[in-house]
Amino acid sequence: MKRRTFLAQSAAAGTVLASGLATRAMAADPFKVGYIYVGAVGDGGWNYQHDQARLAMEKHFDGKVKTSIIENVPEGADAERALTQLALAGNKLIYATSFGFMDAVIATAKKFPQVKFEHATGYKLAPNVSTYSARFYQGRYVIGTIAGRMTKTNKIGYIGAFPIPEVIRGINAAYIAAKKVNPDVEMKIVWAYTWGDPGKEADAAQALIDAGVDVLMQHTDSTAPMAKAKAAGIVAFGQASDMAQYKPTPRISAIIDNWTPYYIDRTKAAMDGSWKSEAVWYGIGEGMVKIGEITDAVPADVKAEALKIKDEIAKGTLKPFTGPLNKQDGSVWLKDGESADDGTLAGMNFYVEGIKSDIPK
Amino acid sequence: MLRLEKRPMPSRFWTAVTPVLAVILTMVAGGILFALLGKPPVEAIRVIFWDPLFGANNFYTLPQMLVKAGPLILIAIGLSLGFRAGIWNIGAEGQYIMGAICGAAVALAFYPAEHWYIFPLMVIAGALGGWIWAMIPAVLKIKFGTNEILVSLMLVYVAENILSWVSFGPLRNPQGYGFPGSRNLQQYPSAHNADLIPNTGLHWGVVAAFLAVIGAYVLLNRHILGYQIRVAGQAPRAARFAGVSPSRLFAFCLGTSGALAGLAGLFEVAGPSGQLSPDFNVGYGFTAIIVAFLGRLHPVGILLAGFLMALTYIGGELAQLSLNLPSAAIQAFQGMLLFFLLAFDLLSNYRVRWKEHAAKEIAK
Repeated sequence: MKRRTFLAQSAAAGTVLASGLATRAMAADPFKVGYIYVGAVGDGGWNYQHDQARLAMEKHFDGKVKTSIIENVPEGADAERALTQLALAGNKLIYATSFGFMDAVIATAKKFPQVKFEHATGYKLAPNVSTYSARFYQGRYVIGTIAGRMTKTNKIGYIGAFPIPEVIRGINAAYIAAKKVNPDVEMKIVWAYTWGDPGKEADAAQALIDAGVDVLMQHTDSTAPMAKAKAAGIVAFGQASDMAQYKPTPRISAIIDNWTPYYIDRTKAAMDGSWKSEAVWYGIGEGMVKIGEITDAVPADVKAEALKIKDEIAKGTLKPFTGPLNKQDGSVWLKDGESADDGTLAGMNFYVEGIKSDIPK
Repeated sequence: MLRLEKRPMPSRFWTAVTPVLAVILTMVAGGILFALLGKPPVEAIRVIFWDPLFGANNFYTLPQMLVKAGPLILIAIGLSLGFRAGIWNIGAEGQYIMGAICGAAVALAFYPAEHWYIFPLMVIAGALGGWIWAMIPAVLKIKFGTNEILVSLMLVYVAENILSWVSFGPLRNPQGYGFPGSRNLQQYPSAHNADLIPNTGLHWGVVAAFLAVIGAYVLLNRHILGYQIRVAGQAPRAARFAGVSPSRLFAFCLGTSGALAGLAGLFEVAGPSGQLSPDFNVGYGFTAIIVAFLGRLHPVGILLAGFLMALTYIGGELAQLSLNLPSAAIQAFQGMLLFFLLAFDLLSNYRVRWKEHAAKEIAK
């Protein structure tokens, strides 16, 4: 194709597109909302949970909202294209549900100032970009308590995705809680270097089981570690979604991401024009983090203790990161009664005292 | 009864026709797959093959095809040289990563200085990074007779670990709040591989891909080295008698494919991707193997195959968002394309005959 005709065609296409959008708006068609996922919606964890919330949100608006998705989007150049495709298709609000989409979101948002973007777990804002994340560490503190009580070998295994602040925060929270109820507890950490890859996650789980752990926690998306835990006869916790098919053991409880209320709120705000750019960080209190049913495999007194802690966190009377706490190197981090501020938590790149391994550099 | 009979020479007619036939059959089989998923098959095929080229948003999707096809073509051209000579570099993904790391490292070493020579230096470093990574299997093969397929493939995983290490360590963005990943080179003018004409997708990597196609064509048809490559693939013994040095050919084919893959990585990290991160590589090095075979290891064929592959990627995304097709169905669709192509290869190398007919001919 000659360049001139190409440009003429693009211009024509642009006009068609613009007029098409105008007629659509006049006909009061549904408000279009797009989603991109880093993995498959069927992963049973992170992406699945976002997609469930999307469907619930769409149902809530009963025909007034129409959603489209693009799944398995690699982070980087492909993410920018997927976001642009969604914007060009007339979506007015776009949710990007993985940290690695951050720069792509900011770049696309610049090209489409009239489209609103919501980026999960990122830290870059723009006039039409908000960020949202959940205080998963609050949930980790609750299941950390259960883990500390349940372990017989005093070894808890933890599968980390990437050594980034969000994951490190979870490890610290779980360890602090477990150590409070069981001073002899030891945390064994394996890095999978993936958010979701059943093969690698299963390998990580097996390595931890071989090292003698009898309670398994994961910060990766699939149910593969759960299957390994079942085969080894140890207990584990659901991650991101309930993973209820593994009840009552090995899954003895779960941290559930509940995005539905947030998606409904923000979509409504985008529809009625009250949407503002902000950084949201909700926890158990706001209902964004939920604790999945604690099964009967957990003794009643431990269950009661965990639920009490959950309620205190929800009320704000218990903050997981409260002193006296030292960093891994023994230096003082928080003095007695002092609680960590959100800035420190957001950029956390150190272990607390007592964790034996090192953060990969 | 059907019977296969080997042709003395591969049929030129079928060699040219089978790719077209494979695409048509992929459309038919894909259509059936989409229909079984409850999606309108004709519309799905139209969205995948037609809309990126002629749809309402083609002012965006056409340039994106260049962006997607560029690295695939560049890598596939390099691979095809070796594949023709029976030298199997399966590790282009690793060479792509190493090219990106070396190129980005040069840029970050100069940051934030602005000089005209930074980008050319990055290009050299990128090619060199890929070349060195490919010369490891080449040297091991020449000196110790190791298998280049295994060594080059295993080095992909080594490269991935190096990528992860530099993203968390030496090349991490100091202003990135501890998150992995380098600075974004798109925000560093001297290092940014921008569109040469804005919004056309035409960046230096695409130019390099076109140059590689021309270069490979000339090499294979007009140069003694190209002749040697072809002879080595078709008749290794004859090649040796004709004075072709297997070691030199090995070093040349692996080195060239490595350098081109390294360049592809450099152009990608400095352009469309912008930054190194643990997830920087998205499989171009492996997809390029498909592109090389889809294009019959012929430079022009690879050019067309690269665009076809890019089309299915872009169209596949459109189908996801407009028809809610799952991405796994798109991947299956892409897989079918290769499957049909390889299956139809049979027709270029064999004649299909009725058994009775063949028997009669023998009796005559």
